[in-house]
Amino acid sequence: MNVTLSIIYLIATVTFVFGLKRLGHPDTAKSGNLIAATGMGLAIVGTIFIHDLEVPTIIYVLIGTAILVGAIIGWLIAIKVEMTKMPELVSLFNGFGGASAALIGIVEFGNADISATSASIVATILAAIIIGAVTFSGSLMAYGKLNGSVRSVIKIPQYNIVNNLFIFGVVVLAVYMVATGIDSSILLYALLAGGLVYGILFVMPIGGADMPVVISLLNSLTGIAAAITGVLYDNMVMLVGGILVGSAGIILTVAMCVAMNRTLASVIFGSFTATGGPEGANRTMGSIKSTTASDTAIMMNYAANVIIVPGYGLAVAQAQHVIHELEELLTGKGVNVKYAIHPVAGRMPGHMNVLLAESNVEYDMLVEMDDINPQFTNADVVLVVGANDVVNPAAHNDPSSPIYGMPILDVENAKHIVVNKRSMNVGYAGIDNELFYNAKTAMLFGDAKKVLTDLVAELKNM
Amino acid sequence: MQEIIEFISNNLQIVYIIILAIFVGVEVIKSIPAVLHTPLMSGANALSGVVIVGAILVMLHSDPTDYLALTLGFAAVVLGILNVVGGFAVTNRMLDMFKKKK
Repeated sequence: MNVTLSIIYLIATVTFVFGLKRLGHPDTAKSGNLIAATGMGLAIVGTIFIHDLEVPTIIYVLIGTAILVGAIIGWLIAIKVEMTKMPELVSLFNGFGGASAALIGIVEFGNADISATSASIVATILAAIIIGAVTFSGSLMAYGKLNGSVRSVIKIPQYNIVNNLFIFGVVVLAVYMVATGIDSSILLYALLAGGLVYGILFVMPIGGADMPVVISLLNSLTGIAAAITGVLYDNMVMLVGGILVGSAGIILTVAMCVAMNRTLASVIFGSFTATGGPEGANRTMGSIKSTTASDTAIMMNYAANVIIVPGYGLAVAQAQHVIHELEELLTGKGVNVKYAIHPVAGRMPGHMNVLLAESNVEYDMLVEMDDINPQFTNADVVLVVGANDVVNPAAHNDPSSPIYGMPILDVENAKHIVVNKRSMNVGYAGIDNELFYNAKTAMLFGDAKKVLTDLVAELKNM
Repeated sequence: MQEIIEFISNNLQIVYIIILAIFVGVEVIKSIPAVLHTPLMSGANALSGVVIVGAILVMLHSDPTDYLALTLGFAAVVLGILNVVGGFAVTNRMLDMFKKKK
């Protein structure tokens, strides 16, 4: 390989590591992203222009057109997307990356003289095709489920067995192709189709709050697909870049599972209700007390410390701007307001921080779980908006609960608790929440945006 | 089995790089606070678009008359750059919001 290009790849690889590192702190994150993007740009431009090949002009024109078209579409999507739609966007882009890897594999399979090629190279090509195809169809399926266009959660009996047998069959086919060195485009397309179908089967039964885990897992798989393609071309920037993404994705996946008290296997192979049982759902825990916006407003007006707990429901109702208005009003009245952010609040981890930042909430007001938990005892009013399982005390005191052991926000320690929910429906875990029956708790029913708007109006009149 | 041992001995450097890169990835990511997990996810997603380098190589090596390879390569480049540009751009947009606070 050309020495100049090797050095460019080396620089690009270092920018990836450095960029990811800087993404880890709010003050340096933006520059980290730009550094990694610059490295990527260098690698792309270098790959196009620095080589010893005789390339006809038409190929350059085609590459240039492809880059221009893709870049414009990508840019437009990125600047137009609503922040609440981040999970959809990440899975969509991720699917494109996977598709790209699968296409490369298909072309290379066609180019190579398979019977004369070493088995390890054939295995690499086939692995790129399978993983690329699984991430592509899986990500599109995830996209469809997230934006609501795919609603059905198909649960055929023994779903897991069917699924596992299927991927086992695909792998057996691939092993057969590697072992025999058979150059068959029919088998190749069968393999591609197998990968695509498995991606759909894999994501189909997974639902609700588990989707971010799947996205992160698919993200990691795309990285692995890129790394495998890197092995194929003996290309270090692809190899290291892919591996970095792969391990980052795995770490995030595990972090999410911990925050939701789930194992990766239970996310992929079963739902909460299957393991938790119905015992909690129908148990009556006492009576609930409901309140009105004006009572809540009065209570907050005379409080010294208010903590807001925003959750999934706030993101769905798109109430992030109204809640900031409420917080500003209260701060103006001398109330000390903070937000308590659970690691999986919102539609994906860290999503709530993005949404509140979008509404110009000061970064210092967002307090992470471990830091805010000791402060609940001093809080006069806690306002829970659209959160349920992450404030369920059963995680601490009910060993039979499916969420027992999950890290939660200790909302119950506050003097008064106001919970905004649309109805008494159970949260994602499908279990009742004794917090709602607590003598200190008042329920404020209604759509998050509507209720918060009412609260703001009431406070303005005081 | 013979194949695997042969692959490892022929590609010892690559095996070393893979193992070390896994550790670098884990060490760099695990200290990142949950606050930044969404931008991190979309930033990492943009990085996985590095597969575009392979797509460009496919096109550079293609015969101008091999329409199938060129079409597939073209699609791979479009999808890859979409992943790269879209991913970095949206991450940048998110991080801009974090910065606006002051």
